[in-house]
Amino acid sequence: MNDVDSKTCPIIAKHIKVALVGQPNVGKSMLINSVSNAHLHVGNFSGVTVDKTEVLFDYKAYHFTVVDLPGTYAFTDYTIEERVTHDYLCAENYDIIINVVDSTNLEKNLQLTSELLTMSKKVVIALNMSDEADKENIHINAEYMEELIGVPCIKVSAATKLGIEELIDAVILKHESSKNKPKLVFSEPVEEEIAQIVWYLDKHKYESKNSYRNVAINLLKGNKKTYAKLHDEPIWTELQPILINASRHIELHHDSDDIKEAFAEEYAAFNRGVVAEVIEQKTVVSKKTTTEKIDNILIHPLFGIPIFLFFMWSLFQLTFEIGAIPMEYIDAFFGWLGDTIGSTIGNDDIRSLVVDGIIAGVGAVVLFVPNIIILFIGIALLESTGYMSRVAFLLDGFFHKFGLHGQSFIPLVTGFGCSIPAYMSARILKNDRDRLLTLFIIGFMSCGARLPVYVLFAGAFFSPEMAGNVLFLIYISGALLGLTAAKVLKLTAFKGVDEPFVMEMPKYRLPSVKLIWHTVLTKTMMYLKKAGTFIAGAAMLVWFLSNYPHNKILEESYAVKIEKAVSATDKLKLQHKLDESLLEQSYLGAIGKFSEPLFEPLGFDWKMSVALQTGLAAKEVVVSTLGVLYSLGGDVDEENNSLVNAISKNISFASAIAFIVVIMIYLPCLAASVVFTREAGHIKYFFYLFTFTSVVAYVMAYIAYNVALYFT
Amino acid sequence: MKTLKDCNKYCKVKIIKLNAPKDLKQRFISFGIMKEAIVEVLEHAPAKSTIEIKVGKMRIALRAEEAELIEVEKI
Repeated sequence: MNDVDSKTCPIIAKHIKVALVGQPNVGKSMLINSVSNAHLHVGNFSGVTVDKTEVLFDYKAYHFTVVDLPGTYAFTDYTIEERVTHDYLCAENYDIIINVVDSTNLEKNLQLTSELLTMSKKVVIALNMSDEADKENIHINAEYMEELIGVPCIKVSAATKLGIEELIDAVILKHESSKNKPKLVFSEPVEEEIAQIVWYLDKHKYESKNSYRNVAINLLKGNKKTYAKLHDEPIWTELQPILINASRHIELHHDSDDIKEAFAEEYAAFNRGVVAEVIEQKTVVSKKTTTEKIDNILIHPLFGIPIFLFFMWSLFQLTFEIGAIPMEYIDAFFGWLGDTIGSTIGNDDIRSLVVDGIIAGVGAVVLFVPNIIILFIGIALLESTGYMSRVAFLLDGFFHKFGLHGQSFIPLVTGFGCSIPAYMSARILKNDRDRLLTLFIIGFMSCGARLPVYVLFAGAFFSPEMAGNVLFLIYISGALLGLTAAKVLKLTAFKGVDEPFVMEMPKYRLPSVKLIWHTVLTKTMMYLKKAGTFIAGAAMLVWFLSNYPHNKILEESYAVKIEKAVSATDKLKLQHKLDESLLEQSYLGAIGKFSEPLFEPLGFDWKMSVALQTGLAAKEVVVSTLGVLYSLGGDVDEENNSLVNAISKNISFASAIAFIVVIMIYLPCLAASVVFTREAGHIKYFFYLFTFTSVVAYVMAYIAYNVALYFT
Repeated sequence: MKTLKDCNKYCKVKIIKLNAPKDLKQRFISFGIMKEAIVEVLEHAPAKSTIEIKVGKMRIALRAEEAELIEVEKI
């Protein structure tokens, strides 16, 4: 350790801040996870990490801060994520860069590496996926590579945790050493020009933090910041003609009028050289790779789309069929829990709060955990195998007709899980118009939280054999409606030229069970946590609003009536009537009655109207509200007290259809609305979205209601 | 002038020029689609609207409109 350092700055001397950089989908986040036991989201497509994330951990005597940056193919500002990475690397303070590269595709990955090497920052290269490279018979001579490019190159595998310690040790070693001389050589004409500029800077003793070579390269590449800095210097007048000549010389050499293209070719030539030296590939693979074989079927021009639809259909069938098995037990458990806990509480109000409020509300939400888990597994598989990009490829032509970008598919599919990450992942779209359009459409992809409502209503109105198909139909028609809405918006609000579509198709990977388990577990725990906190709170609020104010006169008048009633059934009927009238004059009843006229054309009673309004907070609240309202409303039939039965008894088929339609279309939830506003960039977009979705939901529900009425 | 759009499945060609606007050209280059690069057409999406190509070891999807901007020659 450097003594001077530790004296001047004893506290931060042992702190290393690492910027983790690499091309998309090389396993940066997975590497952080295996280094630090963090749990960052990983998937097999470019654009999983869209914002920088910091992870802290200790190793030996050092505190590490690792900043996971979004993947970028090169130093460009094409997409928002690329801009995040570029800005961070150029402007922020960090000690060292770990450049993660995919060992199975070294040449392509070195494109970014070579740009990093010109930055005069300390760099360590992590040759990731070295286990996969071994399998493909690709052998990288890491020591020789280190010698060639002048920075440490460490073979690692994030998946098998191979070489992780060596990597961190190399980072520490590099951090402590003062030597930093990456060896990146350009072609002769470029080197000549660099030498001339360096000579000139040296002659005038130009003061600079970066090396002269670095300044020269930046000038030649047309780096705006370097230009701005030198522009105010007296040497500029002499330097400018030198630069113009130099650029012309290089452009001529590359037969191009674009200096950036010329430099890209320079880097590519250097990389080809490195790769030719360090890689030994034992057998030349001429036969088709597994990925190509799978692609022959999955992206077949004729069968590709039907296969995709079949996968989706199977997913929703499974969601319903398998999800239904444990539901009975969960339902029974909460029933038992309510009875058991209820019997220990003396006070009527508190008992009602706990049993009818919290347990009924939370229970109604927890009931759907099995369905949610299956849906999440499906989405995790889609994300981690690499199939997602294939679907984007298949559907781009179709999407394009509706004015959407093929890559919009990725946020849209994510939207089936949860709208919040979907809004975030829309950042992979470069064009603001495309991004806004996609943001507006994401809500049409029914998120996991809406699934409970669908399962509830599908279970109440359709036979078990049909319910899975109904679910599939709901999701598909939501998606188609979204596409239509996209077309309308594209023709009206978001007019403009189409963005190009250039996207990497990653190699297929067999997702590890651990990874899937982990992703699903995290998401499920989040759902449960939400059920235990936010939803429980909302259920309590709904309970309070539906129980107060008490109406003594009403209670007393019924008490007399019940007293007088002769048979037990009459007493029960009267009790039920009392409960109903009490509910109707409660705060919630008042809200419901007030808004009922608005929803009457859709066939909703006041309870459904209230559920829709509370659903603005979160879609799970719709179910818990219905749970509270119908359990308070009381069932005459004691044996059949499940929510499904209450709904099929109290709600007409047509109203149910209209209700589903509204749920499909209107705002996802409060949290998603906040993220939407942030991603869209202005609060006005939120009001547009609110108006747009509400109007569409109302109109579509009205149509659906009347069509359903006609057929029943 | 032959462009990548005119290539059939499994056809292998060399890129000789990128006629794309500046931004898109950068995008192409960052994907390795640049002069001298060898490209193989792997698959066409329905109606040939989207094309899957292979550059080096990387598989890339792009639209027919973009493929039209890439000038190629037979090898």
